[in-house]
Amino acid sequence: MSIDLKTIKHISKLSRISVDEKKAEKLAGDLNSIFEFIEKLNELKTDNVEPLTSVAETTLKLRPDKVKSNNIREQIVKNSPQDNEDYFVVPKVIE
Amino acid sequence: MSDITKQSLTKLVENIKNKKLSSADVTKAFIERSEKSKELNSYITEDFALALDKAKKFDQKPNLDLKLPGIPMAVKDLFCTKDIKTTAGSKILNNFVPTYESTVTENIWKEGAILLGKLNCDEFAMGSSNETSFFGNVQNPIDKDLVPGGSSGGSASAVAGQLTPITIGTDTGGSIRQPASFTGTVGLKPTYGSCSRYGIVAFASSLDQAGPMAQNVKDCALLQEVISTYDPKDSTSIDFKRNQYSKELNNNIKGKKIGIPKEYRVDGMPKEIEDLWQKGIQYVKDCGAETIDISLPHTSYALPTYYIVAPAEASSNLARYDGVKYGFRANGENLIDMYEKTRSEGFGAEVQRRIMIGTYVLSSGYYDAYYLKAQRVRKLIKNDFDEAYKKVDAILTPSTPSSAFKIGEKTNDPVSMYLNDIFTVPVNLAGLPGISIPAGHDSKGYPLGLQIIGKAFDEQNILNIAYAMEEKIDFKNKITDWWIK
Amino acid sequence: MSKKNSEYLINRKDNQYEVVIGLEVHAQVLSESKLFSASATKFGAEPNTQVSLVDAAFPGMLPVINEFCVKQAIKTGIGLNAKINKRSVFDRKNYFYADLPQGYQISQFKDPIVGEGKVILDMPNGQKEVGIERLHLEQDAGKSIHDLDPQNTFVDLNRSGVALMEIVSKPDLRSPDEVSAYIKKLRSIMRYLGTCDGNMQEGSLRADVNVSVRAKGSKEFGTRCEIKNVNSIKFMQMAIEYEANRQVDLIEEGKSIDQETRLFDTKKNETRSMRSKEDAHDYRYFPDPDLLPLEVSDEFINELKNDIPELPDDKKKRFIDEFKLSPYEATILVSDIDTAKYFEEVVAKMGKNKDMKLAVNWIIGELFAVLNNKNLEISQSPVSAKNLAILVNLIKNGTISGKIAKTVFELMLDGDKDPQKIVEEKGLKQQSDPKAIEALIDKIINDNREKAIEYKQGKEKLFGFFVGQAMKASGGKANPQLINEILKKKL
Repeated sequence: MSIDLKTIKHISKLSRISVDEKKAEKLAGDLNSIFEFIEKLNELKTDNVEPLTSVAETTLKLRPDKVKSNNIREQIVKNSPQDNEDYFVVPKVIE
Repeated sequence: MSDITKQSLTKLVENIKNKKLSSADVTKAFIERSEKSKELNSYITEDFALALDKAKKFDQKPNLDLKLPGIPMAVKDLFCTKDIKTTAGSKILNNFVPTYESTVTENIWKEGAILLGKLNCDEFAMGSSNETSFFGNVQNPIDKDLVPGGSSGGSASAVAGQLTPITIGTDTGGSIRQPASFTGTVGLKPTYGSCSRYGIVAFASSLDQAGPMAQNVKDCALLQEVISTYDPKDSTSIDFKRNQYSKELNNNIKGKKIGIPKEYRVDGMPKEIEDLWQKGIQYVKDCGAETIDISLPHTSYALPTYYIVAPAEASSNLARYDGVKYGFRANGENLIDMYEKTRSEGFGAEVQRRIMIGTYVLSSGYYDAYYLKAQRVRKLIKNDFDEAYKKVDAILTPSTPSSAFKIGEKTNDPVSMYLNDIFTVPVNLAGLPGISIPAGHDSKGYPLGLQIIGKAFDEQNILNIAYAMEEKIDFKNKITDWWIK
Repeated sequence: MSKKNSEYLINRKDNQYEVVIGLEVHAQVLSESKLFSASATKFGAEPNTQVSLVDAAFPGMLPVINEFCVKQAIKTGIGLNAKINKRSVFDRKNYFYADLPQGYQISQFKDPIVGEGKVILDMPNGQKEVGIERLHLEQDAGKSIHDLDPQNTFVDLNRSGVALMEIVSKPDLRSPDEVSAYIKKLRSIMRYLGTCDGNMQEGSLRADVNVSVRAKGSKEFGTRCEIKNVNSIKFMQMAIEYEANRQVDLIEEGKSIDQETRLFDTKKNETRSMRSKEDAHDYRYFPDPDLLPLEVSDEFINELKNDIPELPDDKKKRFIDEFKLSPYEATILVSDIDTAKYFEEVVAKMGKNKDMKLAVNWIIGELFAVLNNKNLEISQSPVSAKNLAILVNLIKNGTISGKIAKTVFELMLDGDKDPQKIVEEKGLKQQSDPKAIEALIDKIINDNREKAIEYKQGKEKLFGFFVGQAMKASGGKANPQLINEILKKKL
């Protein structure tokens, strides 16, 4: 298989990373060599193998329904790139 | 005392407890050496003035019952530290100051240690040579222009170069063990779920583990004892009975069965590595252990599996770096334009590459062929280990297929860079503990490591084996302090 | 459009179209804290004051699941007669948006916590069963505010991470009225269970509406459009009406319908395409590696089952069987948990010798009229159940007449006064002493001799005149039954 420029553009859109032509070509080259190496997995028949998502052999622990986090707005917005005491501010969203 | 920085953690703790040294003496010594070692570029953020203040405060009212009384320590810049800039080696976080502390570092400070600063690493821990850091390459103290390995390159360099008595790194595919191997130090990747991931900048959640890096096995055991706690703030943290690893450390490994997996004898592996491995086999035999040839048949599929699983998780974990809440933001005409510019300028090439791979393998039409397939192969890899552990107590392998390479040598060939993790990655995929110990030198005098892989939660066992081997190997790192003028 | 036999069809020339509707209802789980973090869920707080480091997706922050939210989802599943899945998995739904701080929403994709179930609707022409496809738990997003600044959008993350149940119906609904009944029924069940307050104004209940049309009688489904995030029943009905007609028009013109996401513009009363949001939609779902599969035991589920209160369908059946209510009356009284509670309290307070019919009439009639007038919920009723029960008993045991009772009721509205006291203070007690009434009637007959003779001669209409006179003379307090009896005897 081969990853073309159109695919690169599509996944760059999904990942919200802008790519120009030059970068797209470089990425296509890199990704193709990486996927060539990944294709090795196709040697294996795995239809009857249960997928393994987590190696942690335990079940999800549940926490009690208690409010523990108070108003920490100051901390929350402290690092935000555009200053505002109350909100996070982003460039206008175009619907 | 000029030799303070040469002392092991265990020795320093002893000297502070016996009041032969004060925390300020020790802290000053490491700060001074760190100041003289800027060329290594081990640090991203130094916090020396505050460290010395804290050391002096400690000395005024020393609590000598603690496990790390007044011990200064620098940590990988992937751990969030309260009020200290935390970058993950990335431009996108280069101005980020957490208001919170990771559980692992919290555990360390609670035992009396003092933060010296934050250590360089590959960007978001994605790399095997520390060359993807936004803050530049790190030099390996072994030799100029030699990579220290990665992603915990700054950590390995700082321990080997004695800028910190001990440190913590994180290991997703080998990021503790490989740099430990490249710098002649000891590095432990604990069982998945042993150390809390709370407050550690995430790379690949199902693989990431924090772990200790040290000059010797005993120091490593002591730090592991401090950092490994059950943490309800991490849903994947596991509540098991944790040993007092340093107290229970024991070099008697008589009768232990050590597996030697034939699949780790890979094509093109230098003879030096093979020889080292054979020497290792002899060492464990000399210690009274028995070696057994085993098979881990899916070993060669581990790297391709890893390069699907890790980027997939990373592509999602790194979606939060979008210029909205914290970190770097590029100006954009509208929200989407801002996102695309921020992430394009804020992430380096390797991170972008992995986000792209991850996005691709999860995208509609490819999920089953790649992501799901990889999850299935991951199961096979884990099954291999489960089978092997019916017959053996631990597994001995080389840590890396080569010694440290030159800066720039592999930067243009991602696949050859990835191949560096061939022996370490299966351990992460199976969630097992693994330790790398220095075991010899290659012809250039560069250190080489051996890896001992254990059963899940069996850190004590592999620490004991490492401890026994360490005695036999009697490794001496060849460091000339070439960077100190 | 015709509604013959309650069937909702869209007519064009010779063609009749049926509308097929499926709903994805987002119901906010009633809980103190969020699904994966310990911050508060209260409505209406100052912006970003109920946001934890987890909710704002700071580096290294991890989700930890709220047990109560899990229980709430399972209870709701039980209320929907649905299969509870002992093992469910949380997935990440990946997309970028300003009010989605993680860059993904934690949801359940392949393995939801609740599987197939059903809901019964009471429609005017009988009952209708609506299939439930699934119910899953997920995080709510924050809020983007576009109108505070001309250049910028402001983001409030208070709602980010609040637990939602997404309840997906099968495409079983066929009209705006059925949609209304379905939403009301879901809301009713969840309010009985205490799993969602159902407050649509505050956004606790909203829905994505899937609409398609097909020729009447066809078995194939048409291409559907999804109308996103509609937050009132009225708007849902308007949106469906508009959308169904739009699709029929396209078919009639020989055009095809695009499967797409649409937005309902409440000002223009129309739906329009949201293509901009769709251009790069590929959510890349995968199991969240920060969370393990959620496993619940039979014991855990059974404990919750034992905790389920009587639900509207059962309650209705019991009201009919036990209290001999008509299905119509029972349906009204069980439709909302607060109404049912009120009614049952009235029943309890009426004691042994109760008149159920009378009580129902007073609640559905007088009380509902007052609530409607004053725009009050029954939980805010100015007359308590206890006092309404006393009033009904006063009528039943003959202390006051139905007519006087209305006067008393008016007086009760001011501060929930005890009707017994009102009757005593105002001297409204019914005159039930036969001797006194006899004397009264004797006087009236005496005063109206001629009319009495006319009556005896067959002008029976005049009986009413005598009743009225007697009532008037007693100041409305005389027991009407006694008046009747005595008049008949005397005349």
